[in-house]
Amino acid sequence: MSTTSERPAARTGAIGAGPRRVEGPAKVAGTAAYAYEYRAADAAYLAPVQATIARGRVAAVDTAAAEAAEGVLAVLWHGNAPRLRTDAELPGLQQPGELHVLQSAEVHYRGQPVAAVVAETFEAAQHAAALVTLTYEQLPHDAEFSAGRTDLATPKEDHRQGDVKAAEGEVVVDQTYTTPMQHNNPMEPHSTMARWDGEAITLHESTQGAHMVRETVAELLGLEQGRVRVVAPYVGGGFGSKGPLHAPTVLAVLGARAVPHRSVKLAATRRQMFSLVGYRSPTVQRVRLRADAQGRLSGIDVTATVQSARLGDFIEEAAGPAKSMYAAPNRRMGHRAARLDVPVPTWMRAPGECPGMFGPEVAMDELAVACGLDPIEARVRNEPERDPATGKPFSTRNLIACLREGADRFGWADRPAEPGARREGEWLVGTGVAASFYPVVPPVGGSRALVRHAGDGRYVVSLAAADIGTGAWTALTQVAADVLGVPLEHVEVRLGDSALPLASLAGGSTGMMSWGSTVHAAATAFRRLHGDDPAPGAEAAADLPEVAHRDDYAMHAYGAQFAEVRVNTDTGEIRVPRLLGVFAAGRIVNARTARSQFVGGMTMGLSMALHEESVLDARFGHVVNADFAEYHIAANADVADIQAHWIDEHDPLVNPLGAKGIGEIGIVGTAAAVANAAYHATGVRVRRVPLRLDDFLDAVGA
Amino acid sequence: MHADITLTVDGRRHQLRVDTRTTLLDALREDLGVTAPKKGCDHGQCGSCTVLLNGRRVVTCLVLAVAGDGAEVVTAAGLAEGGDLHPMQEAFMDHDAFQCGYCTPGQICSAVGMLDEAAAGWPSAATPPRASAEGAVAELDDTEIRERMSGNLCRCGAYAGIVSAIGDAARRTHAAAASGIPRPAREGGRR
Amino acid sequence: MNPFDYRRAEDAAGAAAMVADNPAAAFLGGGTNLVDHMKLGVAAPEVLVDITHLPMDEVEALPEGGVRIGANVRNSDLAAHPLIRRRYPVLSQALLSGASGQLRNLATTAGNLLQRTRCVYFQDTSTPCNKREPGTGCSALEGYQRYHAILGASPDCVAVHPSDMAVALTALDAQVVVQDAATERRVPIARLHRLPGEAPEHDTVLNHGDLITAVELPDMPMAVHARYRKVRDRASFAFALVSVAAAMSLGADGSVSDVRIALGGVAHKPWRALRAEEALRDGPATEERFAAAARAELAEARPLPGNTFKVALARSAITATLRQVHAEARGGDGHGGPGGHGEEQR
Repeated sequence: MSTTSERPAARTGAIGAGPRRVEGPAKVAGTAAYAYEYRAADAAYLAPVQATIARGRVAAVDTAAAEAAEGVLAVLWHGNAPRLRTDAELPGLQQPGELHVLQSAEVHYRGQPVAAVVAETFEAAQHAAALVTLTYEQLPHDAEFSAGRTDLATPKEDHRQGDVKAAEGEVVVDQTYTTPMQHNNPMEPHSTMARWDGEAITLHESTQGAHMVRETVAELLGLEQGRVRVVAPYVGGGFGSKGPLHAPTVLAVLGARAVPHRSVKLAATRRQMFSLVGYRSPTVQRVRLRADAQGRLSGIDVTATVQSARLGDFIEEAAGPAKSMYAAPNRRMGHRAARLDVPVPTWMRAPGECPGMFGPEVAMDELAVACGLDPIEARVRNEPERDPATGKPFSTRNLIACLREGADRFGWADRPAEPGARREGEWLVGTGVAASFYPVVPPVGGSRALVRHAGDGRYVVSLAAADIGTGAWTALTQVAADVLGVPLEHVEVRLGDSALPLASLAGGSTGMMSWGSTVHAAATAFRRLHGDDPAPGAEAAADLPEVAHRDDYAMHAYGAQFAEVRVNTDTGEIRVPRLLGVFAAGRIVNARTARSQFVGGMTMGLSMALHEESVLDARFGHVVNADFAEYHIAANADVADIQAHWIDEHDPLVNPLGAKGIGEIGIVGTAAAVANAAYHATGVRVRRVPLRLDDFLDAVGA
Repeated sequence: MHADITLTVDGRRHQLRVDTRTTLLDALREDLGVTAPKKGCDHGQCGSCTVLLNGRRVVTCLVLAVAGDGAEVVTAAGLAEGGDLHPMQEAFMDHDAFQCGYCTPGQICSAVGMLDEAAAGWPSAATPPRASAEGAVAELDDTEIRERMSGNLCRCGAYAGIVSAIGDAARRTHAAAASGIPRPAREGGRR
Repeated sequence: MNPFDYRRAEDAAGAAAMVADNPAAAFLGGGTNLVDHMKLGVAAPEVLVDITHLPMDEVEALPEGGVRIGANVRNSDLAAHPLIRRRYPVLSQALLSGASGQLRNLATTAGNLLQRTRCVYFQDTSTPCNKREPGTGCSALEGYQRYHAILGASPDCVAVHPSDMAVALTALDAQVVVQDAATERRVPIARLHRLPGEAPEHDTVLNHGDLITAVELPDMPMAVHARYRKVRDRASFAFALVSVAAAMSLGADGSVSDVRIALGGVAHKPWRALRAEEALRDGPATEERFAAAARAELAEARPLPGNTFKVALARSAITATLRQVHAEARGGDGHGGPGGHGEEQR
């Protein structure tokens, strides 16, 4: 059968088909239980109290009124909260400063939990939390993000090839592009139900990695991992923020320790989702391209200034993708960071790539305009033969194929070269294109899968993977069914529980590469060990197979996104009637759910292009538009004709399945395509997202 | 302060004592264990908590349970009668109109309520003013569906699937009605 | 949320008395704004008087030609009502452009009128706000201002009124019927809401315990051609940056014989554009005069650094809406969209 360098023969055709989601019936009927929804007769509710200063110390805490309030079980603050291990060795992705909740009087950001109430009911907890009175010793804070700051840090040495200053060519694009602070905002808030029974703790948790939570909580509490269980089969989205742990989970754990034998529940309020669970850093991208008159790049220079926190460093690597997108002999990419008195940023869908492809992909459009080239041709002319960042050959790179196929499907050929040339009634109409890019990244953590024959030709496959909406549950079922050669209905995949075999985090679009490869290996091992007529109870397990050529090749997924934008001639209002993406991301395991991943990413990209901006009021140090009425995400009416296609890409080098990640690439490039189309519609070059109607009022003569 | 109320939820009658501060959403989820309606924002800004209240789609996070005394509530779980999914739920499956599933029960209740509104001839912001003035029954094209469903946010970005699922379900329901197959019954209804 | 007592009123006067007698009492209608504010700590009533059971839920034609709308009529019912759609389509459009289907099924007519500002600082109890806590200062003056006022603001408050419905009612010269414990009175809609001045804590001229029981629309033939245009950041389910309600009637010679214009999203109250009306009345209906009227109205605009664009936006939106209602009044195809009337204008 298969080896790591060969495409596995599909035995049933389950891989590549498009079955409906295996967990679909539970989700459409609303019976799927998310973390907060497990029934517990002894539930207690935790409400955090958040700091109203951005920097300083808690001088005094008056808990008397809260403790006297009806239904209150405990009021926690740094003076009485259960201790966490200060020398905990946390997994690398965690921010220790963020997780040491209620362990000291220090306040590092506005909104930091400084106390918490556990009570019999949600209402009692919320009310009592408002009765806790805090006195602060306030210190001056600094929450003013700017690329012009003189104290910017250089978190790591710049990436340099050739001498970008010496690059020659008569065409220069030298512009600054900005993307704002954004918040993940999964629809299910970060939620935990924690229960300490005196010996062990059980968490029902909204997380992208049950094992990661187990390891972290065990370390923080100084427990053996066997005394921590994390259950998370249904997760209502995460988009990165449910990868690392954040303060609310720790609060629930502290609450459970303080009130043993009760199921302590905490779901962040939507407002708290803007202060407690991380965010995408704003970026300021100085992009300098130098090219000859034919648009051939000789120099690419990108400096991305990002926001980090004094409490813990997190660098949004927005200058990263420029390292390997286009050929140019002279290149420099680097990051500068403003470390402020703000919450620590975190992962948000395609961290680095998503904001980092906005600046350069708009710059490429500007280069095309400057050279009088079609924007697709400008990209084709700068196609590298080898990965510019490493000099390695590509395992596969089908960017040009995506651009060409997208152009055909979108009807790009009819496009007038000049901006502002098309008007339909009260709308100016334009089209734009941008590239998508997402690397094949190594999974965070190992994986192991167990295949067991349950009898009657039915199989149970177990691993603690997380389906946060990606379709992994269904795709893993397909992989197992295919390799085992049985109908889909004969395979039950169990996931989302730390009691199951280890699985890597749902992050970096690695699900199919890690869990899929692991299930593939385990099912293969099962048939090898037990043949086609196994005894009931027969089992086989396998670990994540090594990828033989990981270090020999540059491995990335690519795409091309096309947008049609309309700008109203009276009001500057922006509409996006069409978005079309073509992706080259290796093998597609489930056509139905994969399409949703691509389209979902593009929809979030549209949301980024037109709406999303967290407004951090530096005077206070917190985000002031902290709800869904003021922080807009795309609504149904914003999304019209949106299509995703993919090319049949066979890449046997990336992993046994030939699958690259598809969860994040969809959001990469959308905003640039929209901005480029808006320029084409109006002649106004907007180098910032979100694009807003105010950007076009002058142009439309309002 | 507390009050004794009666709620009929998915056909089951419950008598319960609620804190006056408890929202209908929390009464359903925490007191009755009916978790199909989800808490996504708790301020009426996302639609995840949508149910049919006395036959109409509403957000339950801004309704006080005490004010809903005597109400009939149908959640997404109640739409799936006897384990058979509602045509809208089947359509959501077919069109992969969800990913994480958290907004989904609210989307489905909203869609079912919305189709009833459209069938009653209610206009929307997408309805041409003249058609509205003439009392013309709205043609439920994609633009109408998008506008009418904009109170249900979906962070996974499943809107495209949601719109096609609803269009499909509307056609199926219409065809079923035309062929004499009764539409799924629902509680209450003020219209 | 603080604990509170929940009561139901027997009749309007009784409800008014129950609230008037207790400074910490409040009326509960649809709850879409009040319950929201109670969760945020912006409102903390000790007694809620539920008025949704009172018989104020009819829309009826008045003998003298107008329409009376009960205070409890839900926004969705009002928007869908045949009388409103036929005779006051601007009101239906304004309602349908606000909130979402689920909220419109809850929100009442009176509650919509009395909804409070969406200013982010007003809603955030951790920041100063003169409207929420008089004397603490206005955080928006040097803060986030995109959705704030450009007309009629004061150094104490730059918030705007968020209702769409009220903007249409303002253009329609509605009367608000108010009941207190003893008597009933009528308040013209234009005088219901106030400018902030030095007392931004007061949104309206109503006294504590005053209960809105109905809204009355006068007979207004030109309202048949009235239109509502709402400009916002999201295509749906978003508050207005600027909105315009306008109606126009034309004389036999095609000149403007009468006109009504009201603006939303620009001031602490729905803004009746009297200067623009004055500039237009009894003159030819031309694009130039529409634009001049819009300029006249906004001559006094004082935008904030964070919303300067709203002046041009409001100007252009007024002009475009006048163009549209003019086409309607003339009997042409007035509604916008691709292929519409816009081309000839530029």
